[in-house]
Amino acid sequence: MSDTHAQTVAYVRDTMTEQREPPLSQTGAYKWILGNMLSTPLNVILTIGSLWVIWSVLSHVLPWAVLGIWNADSLSACRAIRTEIYGADASVACWAVISERWPQLLFGFYPPEGYWRPVLAFALFIAAIAPILFASLPRKMLWLTVASPFVMFWLIWGGTVWAPICIALGFVIGWAAIRVAGPRIGALGSILLAILVPVLYWVVIAGPLASGLSAILPIGLDQVASRDMGGFMLALIIGIAGIVLSLPLGIVLALGRQSDLFLINKVSVIFIEVIRGVPLIVWLFTASLLLNYFLPPGTNFDLMLRVIIMVTLFSSAYIAEVVRGGLAALPKGQYEAGAALGLDYWKSMRLVVLPQALKISIPGIVNTFIGLFKDTTLVVFIGLLDPIGLSNAIRASTEWNGIYWELFVFIGLCFFIFCFSMGRYSLFLEKKLRREHR
Amino acid sequence: MQNQATETVDRSHMQVSDEIAIQITKMNKWYGSFHVLRDIDLTVHRGERIVVAGPSGSGKSTMIRCINRLEEHQAGKIIVDGTELGSDLKNIDKIRSEVGMVFQHFNLFPHLTILENCTLAPIWVRKIPKREAEATAMHFLEKVKIPEQANKYPGQLSGGQQQRVAIARSLCMKPRIMLFDEPTSALDPEMIKEVLDTMVSLAEEGMTMLCVTHEMGFAQAVANRVIFMDAGQIVEQNEPKEFFNNPQHERTKLFLSQILGH
Repeated sequence: MSDTHAQTVAYVRDTMTEQREPPLSQTGAYKWILGNMLSTPLNVILTIGSLWVIWSVLSHVLPWAVLGIWNADSLSACRAIRTEIYGADASVACWAVISERWPQLLFGFYPPEGYWRPVLAFALFIAAIAPILFASLPRKMLWLTVASPFVMFWLIWGGTVWAPICIALGFVIGWAAIRVAGPRIGALGSILLAILVPVLYWVVIAGPLASGLSAILPIGLDQVASRDMGGFMLALIIGIAGIVLSLPLGIVLALGRQSDLFLINKVSVIFIEVIRGVPLIVWLFTASLLLNYFLPPGTNFDLMLRVIIMVTLFSSAYIAEVVRGGLAALPKGQYEAGAALGLDYWKSMRLVVLPQALKISIPGIVNTFIGLFKDTTLVVFIGLLDPIGLSNAIRASTEWNGIYWELFVFIGLCFFIFCFSMGRYSLFLEKKLRREHR
Repeated sequence: MQNQATETVDRSHMQVSDEIAIQITKMNKWYGSFHVLRDIDLTVHRGERIVVAGPSGSGKSTMIRCINRLEEHQAGKIIVDGTELGSDLKNIDKIRSEVGMVFQHFNLFPHLTILENCTLAPIWVRKIPKREAEATAMHFLEKVKIPEQANKYPGQLSGGQQQRVAIARSLCMKPRIMLFDEPTSALDPEMIKEVLDTMVSLAEEGMTMLCVTHEMGFAQAVANRVIFMDAGQIVEQNEPKEFFNNPQHERTKLFLSQILGH
C-alpha cells in the first residue's frame, strides 16, 4: 500500500484502514493466567505460596463448618453427638446453638405469637424502599413508601391503630400549611408555619384525638415494649431508622455549613464538630443515663427511641461532611448556570446541585451507612439486647455455656451480608448514573 | 483571527431603538482591596449588539457578570430593563430570568438530557406546563440545528454542540437581553464557526447582545459598537469600522496589533 510512495518523504494515504479485532492470543482465560500469575519466576513462587495459604486455611475451616452439628439442645449434647460420629478429638462446629436459639437471635424476647408482625414490617420495608432504590419500578409505589413508616411502627410496637394515624395527620397538616399559606406569606414564613402548626397539633391535639378515636373504634394490636425487642430485629430497627433519618439531616447540615448566613453556618459547624468529635459510645451513654436527669421526672422516653436519635445525629454529622465534599467537587459554573437561569437557592439546590453532589458522594454516604449499621452493636453497652448482647446472654445460660465461635461467626456473617449488599447496591447505582450522565 | 460569516450578515432587522436596555453608571467593584472595575459607564439600547474586547484580566467578564449579579458591585448603579440591581433578591431573580447568559465552559447540567436542560428553568421559574416547555425547547434546538440530540446527555455532545445547546437553553427563557462570556474560547477552531453562526442569526433577529469575545471577525460583522477595556476601565468605544481601522488610544492600538498581527 505504501510502496508507491515509499521512496519519497511526501505521503498521501490512498486507502483508510478498517477497524480490526485484536489477535486471539491476547484474550481469554489462558492468556490471563499466564500473564497475571505465571509471568515471572517470582510470580510463580508467589502464586504457589498463596495457593498453599488458601488451602491450609480452608482445609481447617471448611470441614469444621460443613460437618457441623445442627440438632442438639445443649453444648454437652452437641459434644456427645460429635464423639459418636467423628470421634472425641474431631473439631466440628456446633451450629445447633443457632437453630435452637434462632427465634431469639432474630426477635429477642418479642412475644412468639407476634413474630409475624416484625416479619411483615420488614417485608413492607423492602417493598417501600424498592421504588427509591430502583427507578424502573412504578412511581405509584412511592405512596406505599410514604405510608410505610407509620404502618411499620404500628406493626412492631402495636397499640391502637389511631396513634400512628394521628401522628401521620400532623405531616398532612404541615404540608397543607405550606400549600395554603405559601403563596401568601412567602417561603420562609410558610416553612416556619409548617413546623409550628404540626408540633402544636402533636403536643396538644394528637394524644387526646387518638385516645378519643380508639375509645370509639378500638382497633389495635397487643402492645410490645421496646425492652422486649432484641437480636437482629433491634439492629435492623436502629440501623434502618438511623440510615433513613440521617441522610436528609446530613444534607441539611451540609447545606448549612456552606451557607452564607452567619448563624446557620456556625450552628451547623458547631453541631457537626461536636457530634463528630465525641465517640458514639459516649453519646449512647448520654442517651441512656444523662438524659434522665435532664428530662422532667415521670417522662417516659423510650430508650430505643433515644438510641435512634443519637445514632441518627451521630451519622448525620458524617453524612454532612461527605455531602460537603460532593458540593465542593461541583464546578462553580453549575451554581452560576443555575443562578443565571433565574433558579432561586432552593430550586437550584434541588434540581441542579444536589443531584450531582449526591451522585459524587454515593461511595462516602454508603460507607457511612455501613459504619452506622455495624455501630448498632455498640448498644450492647447500654443494656439493649442486640445480636452481640443476646449471644452474651446465650453463652451465660447453662445449656450453651462455653460456646463462642459459632455465634460470632454467624452474627458476623449476617452483618457481612447486609453490609456487602449495601456496598454492591452503591456500585450498581454509581455504574447506572455514570452510564446515564457520561 | 479575521474569519467567518463576515459578508453574509443581513443587517436589515438589526435596528437599534431608543429604549434603554441596560444602564450602568459609575459602577465600581473591588475584590478585597483590588480595584477590578473603575467608574464604568455604559448604556445599552434595545437591539444593540456590543462586543467587549480587551486583554485578559481587564475586567470584561467581571463587568458583564455584574449585569446579572453573578458578581456584586460595590458602588454605582446598574439598571436592567428598568429594574435596579440592589440587594433585593426579588429584583435579582427577576433580572436573571430576563437576561440570558452563555458561559465559556457551557455549564450545561450533566445529569439532565439536552431537552431537560432546556426545559428546567421554563418549568420551574416561569411555571410553564411541561409539554409547552418541551415544544419551545424543540423549537430553539431546531434553531441551533441540533434537535436530533434532544435526548442525549451533554457529555455525549461535542463542545460546539454543547455551546449551541447552552444558547438554546438561555433562549428558552425568552430573554430580552443575552450576555455572552467568551462563548468560543474553549472550542476547537472547527467548532467556533458553528457557534458564531448561531450568534449571528440571533443578532439578525434583533436580540440585544453583550459579548465578551476575541472573535474580531464577529465583531466586525455583527456589532454596532466595540468596547475596549483595560485595567478595569473602558478605554475606548466606537463603531467597529472606526474601532478597527482608526483606533485612538495607545493601548487599543497595541492590543489590535497584537491580535490582528498574525
